Amino acid sequence: MRIKLDINGLKREVEVEPRTTLLDCLRDTLGLTGAHAGCEHGVCGACTVLFDGVAVRSCLMFAVQAQGSAITTIEGVTPGPGELSPVQDAFCETHGMQCGFCTPAMILTAHALLANNPNPTRAEIVEAISGNICRCTGYAQIVEAIALAAERMRGANRPKDAHP
Amino acid sequence: MKAAPFEYSRPADIDEACALLAADENARVIAGGQTLVAMMAMRLARPTRLIDINRIAALAYIRQENNKEGEAVAIGAITRQCVVERDALIAKSVPLLARAIPNIGHAATRARGTVGGSLANADPAAELVLSAITLDAVIEYRADGESGESPAREFYIGPMITTLPAGAVLSGVRFPIWRGKVGVGFHEVNARRSDFAFVSAAAQVELGDDGKAKRIAIGVGAATDFPLRLESAEQQLKGGALDDAKVRAALREALADIEPLEDLHASADYRRRVAVDLAARAVADARQAAQGKSHAY
Repeated sequence: MRIKLDINGLKREVEVEPRTTLLDCLRDTLGLTGAHAGCEHGVCGACTVLFDGVAVRSCLMFAVQAQGSAITTIEGVTPGPGELSPVQDAFCETHGMQCGFCTPAMILTAHALLANNPNPTRAEIVEAISGNICRCTGYAQIVEAIALAAERMRGANRPKDAHP
Repeated sequence: MKAAPFEYSRPADIDEACALLAADENARVIAGGQTLVAMMAMRLARPTRLIDINRIAALAYIRQENNKEGEAVAIGAITRQCVVERDALIAKSVPLLARAIPNIGHAATRARGTVGGSLANADPAAELVLSAITLDAVIEYRADGESGESPAREFYIGPMITTLPAGAVLSGVRFPIWRGKVGVGFHEVNARRSDFAFVSAAAQVELGDDGKAKRIAIGVGAATDFPLRLESAEQQLKGGALDDAKVRAALREALADIEPLEDLHASADYRRRVAVDLAARAVADARQAAQGKSHAY
């Protein structure tokens, strides 16, 4: 089936079998290998992408179901070539990763959280990433990274009279 | 971990979905897909056709409906769990759902998972099924161009087994509204938060002006083939002050002859013991919450 997608702001048209998951479409058809194939049955969270701005597991939907939708992958969160998003920056600074396998999904989940809740409590951060398994860090530095990113994004580049 | 091939249809309305379903006995309806897609990836499910109802906008709603049975909140089948979780009408009129839904999976699965999908899937540990049975919800469906309905307490007959007629598509659910000094409680035990529960318990209580239980509903999930209402305990406790010792005695008696599920993680005895405890906590929470309400609204 032929489907149209808005991938990281670019209109793309791809040919997929109905059984192709959104994850496999992103990785194999579109070459966006930042969405990681971990368990492929909805348990690990490594395949998380933003689907119309909301964090979802891309292994738990078929690409044909995404027809006409906007998808953001880790490749789409950087402000420009060679730059990092504030969340990515914070993950580097606090060393919020070791092997890196869960990292793109953690960062997208954090972006989704901070878009709705610019000042999350520690408990809210923990709850938000509870669907993303990390087997290296023990999560402490990931939570720290998201809190740091939140703090910076709250203060970043806003006119003095901007509404909160 | 790749699904077997299938045909894909995206019907424009529910009657078209029913017709597609009737035309192929191996077709399956897909709503949020948070269980079905995983089952297909593991090839535990191999439907020949998927009928995707996600874009039938008429099935996405949360609204109050008043009919001869009284007031109810009606929820459309494809309403996302995360939408119900944050909805103001639900928080006010069906607070048990607001308490239960955060226990379903994770934020990323509640973002896709639907109310109707979970109710139709009939997992013994499903928080939505337990809520529906506890609150005497009514399941609505469509088949052959006609609407039908079934009380939740008659809809579930086994693990993943319902009385939904062949070729029917679940279209929505109605939760009766309790007015007055109403409180709710919900507890579950699992290996990790948001994993499948080993045991879950829900309670809703309405207190009279004398502080005694005017109405009480208690349900236990995940312990048996499908969630149970503890009717004998409800009858014993109705009209009383719900003091903890009496509640526990009534619950122990009501759970004495159930046949709990048993697996590697939790024995039958453990499930029975924990069910008593969680149900007692749910009733205590519900009583306290109801007491906190100064006046009937």
